[in-house]
Amino acid sequence: MPRHLLGLQHWETRHIEEVMERSFFFSRFRERKLDNLRGRLVAALFFEPSTRTKFSFEVAARWLSADFYNFPVELSSVVKGETLLDTIQTLKSMGLNALIIRHSHSGLLEWLKDRVDISLINAGDGAHEHPTQALLDLFTIKNNFTSLQDLQVVMVGDIKYSRVVRSSIKGLLEMGARVKLVGPPTLLPESFREKGVEISWDLEGALPEADVVYLLRLQKERQQNGLLPSLKEYTRLYGLTENRLSLLKSGSMVMHPGPMNVGVEITSKALEKLDGDPPPGITVSIQRQVESGIIVRAALLDFLMRGDR
Amino acid sequence: MEQPILLKGGTLVDPSQGFNQPCDLLLEEGKVKELAPFLDVSEDYAETIDVSGKFVVPGFVDLHVHLREPGEEAKETIADGVAAAVAGGITSVCCMPNTAPPVDNALVVNFIKEKSQQAGLAHVYPLGTLTRGRRGEEMSDYASLLEAGVKAFTDDGSYVDNSSLMYNILQYQTQFETVAISHCEDSKLSGEGVAHEGYYAHMLGLAGMPAVAEVAAVSRDILLAQATGGRVHIAHVSCAESVECIRWAKERGVQVTAEVAPHHLLLTEAALEGFDPMAKMKPPLRTEEDRQALWQGLREGVIDAIATDHAPHSRDVKDLTFTEAAFGVSSLDFVVSLLLNELVQSGNISLDELVKYFSCRPAEILGLPAGTLQKGAVADIAVIDISQVRVVDPTQFYSRGHNTPFAGKTLQGKPIMTFVEGELKMKNGKVLKYNE
Repeated sequence: MPRHLLGLQHWETRHIEEVMERSFFFSRFRERKLDNLRGRLVAALFFEPSTRTKFSFEVAARWLSADFYNFPVELSSVVKGETLLDTIQTLKSMGLNALIIRHSHSGLLEWLKDRVDISLINAGDGAHEHPTQALLDLFTIKNNFTSLQDLQVVMVGDIKYSRVVRSSIKGLLEMGARVKLVGPPTLLPESFREKGVEISWDLEGALPEADVVYLLRLQKERQQNGLLPSLKEYTRLYGLTENRLSLLKSGSMVMHPGPMNVGVEITSKALEKLDGDPPPGITVSIQRQVESGIIVRAALLDFLMRGDR
Repeated sequence: MEQPILLKGGTLVDPSQGFNQPCDLLLEEGKVKELAPFLDVSEDYAETIDVSGKFVVPGFVDLHVHLREPGEEAKETIADGVAAAVAGGITSVCCMPNTAPPVDNALVVNFIKEKSQQAGLAHVYPLGTLTRGRRGEEMSDYASLLEAGVKAFTDDGSYVDNSSLMYNILQYQTQFETVAISHCEDSKLSGEGVAHEGYYAHMLGLAGMPAVAEVAAVSRDILLAQATGGRVHIAHVSCAESVECIRWAKERGVQVTAEVAPHHLLLTEAALEGFDPMAKMKPPLRTEEDRQALWQGLREGVIDAIATDHAPHSRDVKDLTFTEAAFGVSSLDFVVSLLLNELVQSGNISLDELVKYFSCRPAEILGLPAGTLQKGAVADIAVIDISQVRVVDPTQFYSRGHNTPFAGKTLQGKPIMTFVEGELKMKNGKVLKYNE
């Protein structure tokens, strides 16, 4: 039984499946409060701004009756690794059972795991992993398609700096899906081929065969760092436009982890169309992921903290 | 006067004389007085040390060492650095001038020389900065630094980005017996990178430094050396294309030499798995193809020498997340064992080659009185026991820097004695006359 969720790349498939099963189980009890983690203390330590993920964890923890402490990073002097260790030791001595962390440094939790004696959950570390986002995406896809076997998943955008992609690929491939990554060469390292995924610079070629189109958020700083000529050109080549919606096949699903840059990875017209009058047979999963997020995170907390121990 | 020493029964491995044969050596007045397969010297005259079954080699010469003093004594001091050197069989070290203050004037050179003499262990050759204050803006005063004893110049840690300045430096230095050592890294290309831009950095989400950041810089300096007739030495070559550039240059008679660090010969980017900050250095660990190309470059003489780039760090700057941790590895204490182990385990290198790359050639590159045990030479010697096994234990290092990705590794082959100017400075891993 794992103690941490540092990332999905090193998690066993059976653990991913276990969290999926638990999520389906929990989803049946969403309307009432559960007792599973009564008396446990969970804290969130977020060094990057986040509303949705942090709140999602909080709702999940409280749903299972855990106590939840939101550490006010912005009011403290915790910046470097060493002071962070001190902070965690202090929380630990106050009875903390699990710590949820988001930080801009890739590998922060891997570093922490040998230095603190506490269950660690990765809520996003640099460009490394964002495993709970990947788990909830898997859950959403599984909900929609029942099985991931042979599904074609197309992930579009800033692959290079996306922590979601690194987590998702593992889960998707392990559960039988095929993955194609699409984006401009400056944001799409060839290395990903070695993971057993396809890479392509041709969005329009990829859309007709996609069962799932997963749009990634494009950070505006990519343009400022000279990796793209302009956001406008990005949209022209890799944005989901109204015209491109017509390339989607019936039964496919459009996903976005949010928050969206409307006008960049998806045009406002395409979004309006998806919201109001989607092409026949097309599912949109943007809002639904919020509810799934709570369920999956609750299942994960339960799995890590209660488990079968 | 010290009593002469007779090293008896050992096998002398000295490529400078083409020796790999049983040979006794008589050390007297700091020099090799006599050497022959059998020397008959009375025990009253010389202290006899039995080294039968052991290898006797010229002491190792490290072209690339950060002794950190003055300025960063928490990381290393000259005294501890040279103790680590002789503990590891290294008898001469060239120390890098990126200290605080940097070595851009004779006062700092003299300070280092004085500290080295007080330590009285390995020979220390301070290198001077290529540019004043290492700012990459104007030349240092080379003549006064040379007069103070500096053998070569480098802004190690930084590349001289300004091509015009580097052109002038190489041209200006043709009037001296010296060499410009270049830390080849296009700083814009390497940017905020912390690891080799490749599979592991991509999978771990670490900011990358592409190999071309080095290759572009190597190419420029080679072309500038060709254009000016100046001499350039490429520090810590790490990738295959750099080897190709240097090969190209040597074939055309450009005055270029190059060194490679042991960690680049022995490790690849795969060491990043798990985000071990000890595997963070500049240039970064690269691919298996690069590693193979470095070995091949060394065997073919494209790369001239092995140099450690000993870069000790204190815990507070190294035991951090991969992104925060300082670049660099500490090597002096055990690097010879590391290379001997490679000799024993993989046969990648023979003892003759090891001595050539890590003693003879580095001494030639900077014209140091080292790298040979011919009659009359300075008696800087390492005695090696190829059968001894050790475990790399940083807590036992003389160096203040405990930062190494090789911690815990079992190594076969060990220097068991180090002589500097005919005087025993280390025996069985213990440094003699070491003042803590």
